[in-house]
Amino acid sequence: MWRACPGNRKARYVVRGEAMKKVQFNTPAIPYLLLFPQIAIVAVFFLWPAAEAVRSSFYLEDPFGFGSTFVGFDNFIDTVTSTNYARVARFTGVFTFLVTVLSLGAALLLAVKADKVLRGASSYKTLLMWVYAVAPPVAGLIGILLFDQHVGPIVKFVAMFGWHMQIGVDYYDTAFAMIIASVWKQIPVNFIFFLSGLQGISKSVQEAASIDCRSGFRRFWTVTFPLLAPTGFFLLIINITYALFDTFGIIDVVLKTEPGNNPVTLVYKVYLDGFRGNDLGGSSAQSVLLMLVVFILTIIQFRLIERRVHYT
Amino acid sequence: MAYRKTVASLVAAAALMGTSAASYAATDITWWHAMGGKLGEVVNQISTDYNASQDACSLTPVYKGGYEDTLTAGIAAFRAGEQPNIIQVFDAGAATIIGAKGAVEPVEDLLKANGVPFDIEDYIAGVRYFYADSDGKMIGMPFNSSAPILYINDDAMKKAGVEAPKTYEEFEAIAPKLKEAGYIPLVQSHLPWEFVENFKSRHDLQFATNNNGYDGATGTELVFGEPIKNHFTAAKKWLDEGLFGYYGTGWGDNQQPFNEGKVALWIGSSGSFGGIADTVDFPFSATFLPYWDAVEGANTASFIGGAALFAMSGKSDEENKCAASFFEYLTSPEVQYMWHRETGYVPVTEAAYELAKKDGHYERTPAAEVGIQQLSLPAGEWTKGYRMGFYVQIRDVMNRELGKVFSGETSVEDAFATIKADGDKLLSRFAKTIDN
Repeated sequence: MWRACPGNRKARYVVRGEAMKKVQFNTPAIPYLLLFPQIAIVAVFFLWPAAEAVRSSFYLEDPFGFGSTFVGFDNFIDTVTSTNYARVARFTGVFTFLVTVLSLGAALLLAVKADKVLRGASSYKTLLMWVYAVAPPVAGLIGILLFDQHVGPIVKFVAMFGWHMQIGVDYYDTAFAMIIASVWKQIPVNFIFFLSGLQGISKSVQEAASIDCRSGFRRFWTVTFPLLAPTGFFLLIINITYALFDTFGIIDVVLKTEPGNNPVTLVYKVYLDGFRGNDLGGSSAQSVLLMLVVFILTIIQFRLIERRVHYT
Repeated sequence: MAYRKTVASLVAAAALMGTSAASYAATDITWWHAMGGKLGEVVNQISTDYNASQDACSLTPVYKGGYEDTLTAGIAAFRAGEQPNIIQVFDAGAATIIGAKGAVEPVEDLLKANGVPFDIEDYIAGVRYFYADSDGKMIGMPFNSSAPILYINDDAMKKAGVEAPKTYEEFEAIAPKLKEAGYIPLVQSHLPWEFVENFKSRHDLQFATNNNGYDGATGTELVFGEPIKNHFTAAKKWLDEGLFGYYGTGWGDNQQPFNEGKVALWIGSSGSFGGIADTVDFPFSATFLPYWDAVEGANTASFIGGAALFAMSGKSDEENKCAASFFEYLTSPEVQYMWHRETGYVPVTEAAYELAKKDGHYERTPAAEVGIQQLSLPAGEWTKGYRMGFYVQIRDVMNRELGKVFSGETSVEDAFATIKADGDKLLSRFAKTIDN
């Protein structure tokens, strides 16, 4: 029996797909041949540089490449014992959490509402999606104009409420601007995926649920949300990766490449030390640590979270 | 970042295609620089004039972005064996390129080997030794040299009925009147350069051990005494009392209020002169970077800021000959005077300075002479310059900690303790990269 309002018990709607047909190649060489371009790309653009980063994280090297000293784990020790690194790591955690939660939450809300719009639906959707086409540095640039400490309209607006906002001077104000710009940039991507996820939920399930349960809010949490879970899980990974790595352009523009006393993320610090400061060893050690973080994150996501998600 | 580099390389490629057709017999040399906007136009003009002045060499200038971008691009190119003949490297990157033994041909050797007469005494005192090694041999050719100077909004002075200050004591006396007149009395634009490095030079104070770092990277440590801490304690007090404005690390954010006429006194670069003259609609003048009269032996010459040109190694004799010939052209009094006049950077040779005087340049624009006069003030034991590696990061540490002082997150004492601790760690790491 279908129960959309099951009291304390949560019901899950699982639609099983057909059993997959078994397909096999005649010769074992063909799949490898077909995989070759992909593997070659991974090797050249990921494995090789990653190995190089691991190697140079154990050296202190003059940037021009004349001399290098093997220093063992010194680069790692210097990195993790620095008070500033701890501060940057903390900020990265908070930043990633807030950007992910806010952009997923806002996008889900907008998608659910957009899904119900009947008239003018396409123009409404287009308006929500166009930001997707904006490149991150441009998003940062728009952000910096809005938040400029001398002429920014947002700064003037909040000044009316007594908030003396100074991007680039006050640590928290700068963090606020970075988070807003990053969330704004990411909402459209999430919106598009959530909307298509919502449209993929079959009408019959929704109708059955609305017969069973009058509360739209509960219907959403017990029926729609679980069915959106695969999309949500995918987006969660995408958003964490976005907040950790792809926000580089926004941060760079907000800081105008002068970090000063402003928040930076771990990825941005790798850039600052390696490309601005020419400290290859220290920068490599940081990127190796970052690689480990991503590795652990991937395991957690697929081991723990994916078990709770049902794919249809 | 990436799109900027793409555009830059497209422009560079177009520039290369444009020139290669015209110069087959000539030896091609390249010059990577960091001069954007108006400065870039002057650089292009100098290159065009140089190419027109002789047939043997053809110089192509390539804009590579900011100072850090240019150095990073040069390093990457050097490792790939595709380095330019000449690269512009800024003051904070000097230790990196000079420390890498074999990355550059010392300019003094290059000129002498190619029969160009060279005498270090021809260069004005303030710029002579900054890019030299500890024996006084010039490694990099000083190119765009500037000094931090005090720009004065003359209207503000008149309105408050005060004279521009020479010392910080005088500033403290007039600041309340400037505030009363409706101005922010003082704004700076680059804390490490104006309030730390040149605080050291203007007061003839030691900046680092090992002869300010010139005598070797190993064991070099930062030195911070009472005077600089007192200075920041005073600056924080001014900030709290509304006598000083701080708008973060960005240069432009700090210059803008002065350009808008809201600030009475602004510490900028002598190289800012041309830009200000074009922008502001109030009368302005300039004077030396203030000092504390209370500090004994103060009012010495400042360090030069800006950048130098380095001839990169691994090039053929013909190309090195062309690089030497370009350096000779660039340091000729006429070209130096043109560069000085158009940009506000100081002329690097005595002869060019004399030419500018004779031409009446300083009678027309007195503010243009302030930078070079300040660099020509009496030298002290510690005014030659400094040589420290990973210095870009050390400046970042200063900006971070001093920014915390101004936002009230830390005390002056703790900030300098952290700058010293983090800075010394960076210096010892740098020493390991080159001394082995």
